[in-house]
Amino acid sequence: METILLLINTEADGSLAKPAFEALGAAKALRAGLPEAKLAVGLVGQTVQSGADQIGACGADAFLGVAGADFASPRYASDAAAAEALVKAAQATLIIAPATARWNRVLPGVAQRLGGRADTHVTGLSAASGAITINRWYYRQRMEASLQRTHRPWFILLDPGSQSAWQGAAATASVQILPVTLSEACQRTTVVGVRELAADAQTIRPDADLLLVAGAGWTKKQADGQTHVKEAEELILGCLKLARASLGSSKSLVDLGGEGQAVLSFLTHLNQIGQTGSTPRHPKGLATCCHGEEPHTVGWRFINERRAISLDPNCGWARGKADVLYVADAFAVLARLNQLLAAAS
Amino acid sequence: MSNEYQIVVCGSIVPDPLQTLEPVSGPDGPSLRNEMMLPAVLDPWASHALYEAAHLAKNTPGSKVWLVSLGPKAKLQQVMMTVAQKVPFELIALDGPASGFAEAAEVATVLAEAIAAIPGLDRSKLLLFGGWESASRGAGVTMQMVAERLGILDQFQGVDELKVLPGGALEILERVEGGKQQVSRCAGPPALLGWATGNLPEPRNNPQVGMANMRTVMPALQKAKPVKLAAAGVSFASVALPKQLRETRIVKDKSPDEIAREIFEWIKR
Repeated sequence: METILLLINTEADGSLAKPAFEALGAAKALRAGLPEAKLAVGLVGQTVQSGADQIGACGADAFLGVAGADFASPRYASDAAAAEALVKAAQATLIIAPATARWNRVLPGVAQRLGGRADTHVTGLSAASGAITINRWYYRQRMEASLQRTHRPWFILLDPGSQSAWQGAAATASVQILPVTLSEACQRTTVVGVRELAADAQTIRPDADLLLVAGAGWTKKQADGQTHVKEAEELILGCLKLARASLGSSKSLVDLGGEGQAVLSFLTHLNQIGQTGSTPRHPKGLATCCHGEEPHTVGWRFINERRAISLDPNCGWARGKADVLYVADAFAVLARLNQLLAAAS
Repeated sequence: MSNEYQIVVCGSIVPDPLQTLEPVSGPDGPSLRNEMMLPAVLDPWASHALYEAAHLAKNTPGSKVWLVSLGPKAKLQQVMMTVAQKVPFELIALDGPASGFAEAAEVATVLAEAIAAIPGLDRSKLLLFGGWESASRGAGVTMQMVAERLGILDQFQGVDELKVLPGGALEILERVEGGKQQVSRCAGPPALLGWATGNLPEPRNNPQVGMANMRTVMPALQKAKPVKLAAAGVSFASVALPKQLRETRIVKDKSPDEIAREIFEWIKR
């Protein structure tokens, strides 16, 4: 019989973030497919009660918590100690967690510590006839595998955005707080803060409905034989602001900076999508001035509705991969699009 | 206080990202069609880790860099012909699979044993580097398991920057969600840093570095320990390329104004 432990953390205000609800939705569905399985919820954070109450009506058999100032910030040693204690207390065989930076950092190590196995970036989870199957991608989102394991404990980290979030009423949860004392060796690292751009300068918005992908074409010579980088920057930033979109860029565009060429000044490696970048999840994606075949196109593997603007009707970014390809000058289209967006705002 | 480091970089080889990849199933599990024929490169994020390691060692006298690499010996040799010209390191080669389908926990065991066996390794000076994810398995699992096996409790993933502070503490910038970066301070080694892109460009080829490296690379390859991975307890039900090919509507005959309006309505829908 399997014992499922949902492992989640509370945010600074004590609440749960969206990936926690998604992982809960997946854990609940998994238990439904394993009739005799038990489900426990393990929470980690400065405080855990209000987070537990948010999901108090989820039907978990137990709520366990590790709380305190030592567990407020994501730090490997303290998170690992907390996760280890929770897994042991729950006698968990399956550990479900969101594949956030915090849990991706720590749970593979905890799996090692407990003699288990870990799979991250899982995009599908199901159970049939007592067998659990996961789906995940290999070779940078270029091929998808489904696999099973007999090894326990099995740590399964679900990619945010890949699962339906649990929805239910709040209810008071009875949380059993576990005492976890950190040795000096676990306190050699201090989290001193988070570095982020000012809100109006931040171009990465994971919750945005639209991903705007800027390709290298923006910085190339245009029909008049000149580059128009400044104008490109204004158009892209304008579109991001007005459409409240997130910005992705092709690797080549980011790398131009390292080669001393003119680039869009607000791009960093964090914007990079594709082979050596991220593969974000958004409902819609609009690619502009992008070129190239696989593997470059893996950057928008998980975008549901895709459209592209390119001067090349045979553009590999779009043909067979986008729903619509507009053969047009992206400068002209975005300028007009921004006017429409501004008028509607 | 001496700040010299013993930096061990773990990095394997992956097919050149521009190659077409096709999975095939065999008695030992999934693999890539013509895997041994595909041109290979050092895993991109592991490459960044190696360049950062070399940069740190160069600026910290008395430091040394090892590159621990598990892969088919013949392919490792090909890749090392290029990599060895970039930065100084001593290679520790392990002759085994570099497949993305290899079991991370088993790979971690092999890597940790190889690192633990490095003569004269002082764990109080150990900085374990690697890519935060490979371009093959793409899991970000192996390095944490290696570090756990080596008793390293200070671990960082998605690292973009490492600064050595006066007194020897390490300040580390890690990627977190939403385009943000977490800043942490660690008392010092031992620590694991799983590198993302970092800040350093790919070094130019330096024949002198290459010649110096090759004095140890070739013997390391010759005595590479054969490694067999069992993939115990895991079974792949399927591995497939995404089949979904979209019916792309090509719009050639509309003005920018008409296109903008269509996109606007699509965004607002």
